[in-house]
Amino acid sequence: MTEQTHESAGAAPASTPMPYNKPLPEPTPVTRPFWDAAREGRLLIQRSKKTGKAVFYPRSVSPFGPDDELEWCEASGRGTIYTCTVARRPVAPQWANDPPLIIAIVELEEGCHLTTNIVDCDPDAVRIGMPVTAVFEAVTPEVTLVKFRPAD
Amino acid sequence: MSLRGKAAIVGIGEFKPSRYTEGATTLGMLVEVGRQAVADAGLEIGEVDGLITENFAEAPFMAPSSVVEYLGIRAKFAELVDLGGATGAGMAARAAMAIASGLCETVLCVTGTRREARSPSGQRRSASSGYAGRRVDRTPYSEFEAPFGAIGANYGYAMIANRYRHEYGVTPEQLAKIAVAQRYNACHNPDAMFFGQPITVEDVLNSPVIVDPLHMLEIVMPCAGAAALVVTSAKKARRMKRPAAYVLGAGEQTTHRSITYAPSLTHTAIKAAADKAFAMAGVRRKDIDVASIYDCYTITVLLSIEDAGFCKKGQGGRFVDDHNLQFDGDFPLNPHGGQLSFGQAGTAGGMSHVTEAARQVMGRAQGRQVKKCRLAFVNGNGGTMSEQVSLILGREP
Repeated sequence: MTEQTHESAGAAPASTPMPYNKPLPEPTPVTRPFWDAAREGRLLIQRSKKTGKAVFYPRSVSPFGPDDELEWCEASGRGTIYTCTVARRPVAPQWANDPPLIIAIVELEEGCHLTTNIVDCDPDAVRIGMPVTAVFEAVTPEVTLVKFRPAD
Repeated sequence: MSLRGKAAIVGIGEFKPSRYTEGATTLGMLVEVGRQAVADAGLEIGEVDGLITENFAEAPFMAPSSVVEYLGIRAKFAELVDLGGATGAGMAARAAMAIASGLCETVLCVTGTRREARSPSGQRRSASSGYAGRRVDRTPYSEFEAPFGAIGANYGYAMIANRYRHEYGVTPEQLAKIAVAQRYNACHNPDAMFFGQPITVEDVLNSPVIVDPLHMLEIVMPCAGAAALVVTSAKKARRMKRPAAYVLGAGEQTTHRSITYAPSLTHTAIKAAADKAFAMAGVRRKDIDVASIYDCYTITVLLSIEDAGFCKKGQGGRFVDDHNLQFDGDFPLNPHGGQLSFGQAGTAGGMSHVTEAARQVMGRAQGRQVKKCRLAFVNGNGGTMSEQVSLILGREP
């Protein structure tokens, strides 16, 4: 079974596309570069200058101490599923038509973790350790969510 | 300074959990359950000189003073605790801290949750309402998690369970056994939500999967209720000449809000919290007579048993197989039924692990009393294994 996505392009042509009604991120001055890049199909994360470690979510101060700085870098978009679950019931009313919904923590090859959805994937086939690659889903003109699908 | 034996729980108030409330205000419930606890302790309300509450929507700020005013007391210590499911255990620890420091002598701790069947607009409450319409949360969580349907607690614990299965292995039957033993306990507690409704391992495994791998009967049911404690100085507790549950040890650890950024999904902050509590109390794991462990899901209990040190990491499944977890078994666990079978009334659900442990060491647990119960281990867990508070309670200081 294929995960349903919410791009208006995916709606049945005969019906008026429903306006996107799920919670949307509200970018802050600190996180804005991430969302701007996502709109361009790029996955931007931060890296610690001191440790070289990848950091997600974007923040204004380093979790590695006051003598550290974070710099933006473009991630490859490749990673593996660290853990996942398949929601068989709606997680909230706006997801009424979404189950089975795959929610996962993806470990990017740069090392950081992020929570996302796995799309274009049989929910019964999704596995920890599965290689995945980023896909960029424009849910509104302003917001593109970074989801993942099984790598080819 | 150690908290060992400095303070004791001497009064308990608790409402029988219900599916819904009609017209009750949270503030009213907190005050009622608080007065119940003070009466239970045999004290006058004027003897209460400290107040700890949780935050609640009706009093988005200045919650402690709202409760103080309504109760009509003069508080030398007024505090808000916001540790999710660990709030109740955190309140008991903070009450003991305030008393040990000499700030006050008798602290009332109140938790409570109302739950209307219909929203103010008259809409029938759906089982999956919640985060959806809220616009107040502006955090990394709301920005980077909620848009993916990472909403509520189910998905996070399901991801923990799957990671645990991947790293160590546990069978669905082993997890189900936890829920079954707690239901047995609830069937000996007339105040439990699921009193009179025994279940089997097959029932658990045949209940619908909500989020892989968690079945409906492995997930707490939200309900309404309230719970309160009166904590007083050991000196006053001894003078009162009634059963008391002395706070012998406490420990805390908080590491993350969202499970995405947890240092580990399988090695939890419970270890640090429990190690601290046991060291402070100076007791061993095998000395514990009853374990009152936060149980929002079966996997929570399994991880807690391991990380609190009752068995080795990865051996939780075998531990469940090898032990009888009923109140009359060899490892009495959540005799009140746990939240899985007693009910989860918001943070009052977490508090129920403290009230139950206190009742057990006081010898007041009636039809579910654990025999020769002198020492209890309590663990409160907030968020998605985010906030951990462990307590050791004992009959003697």
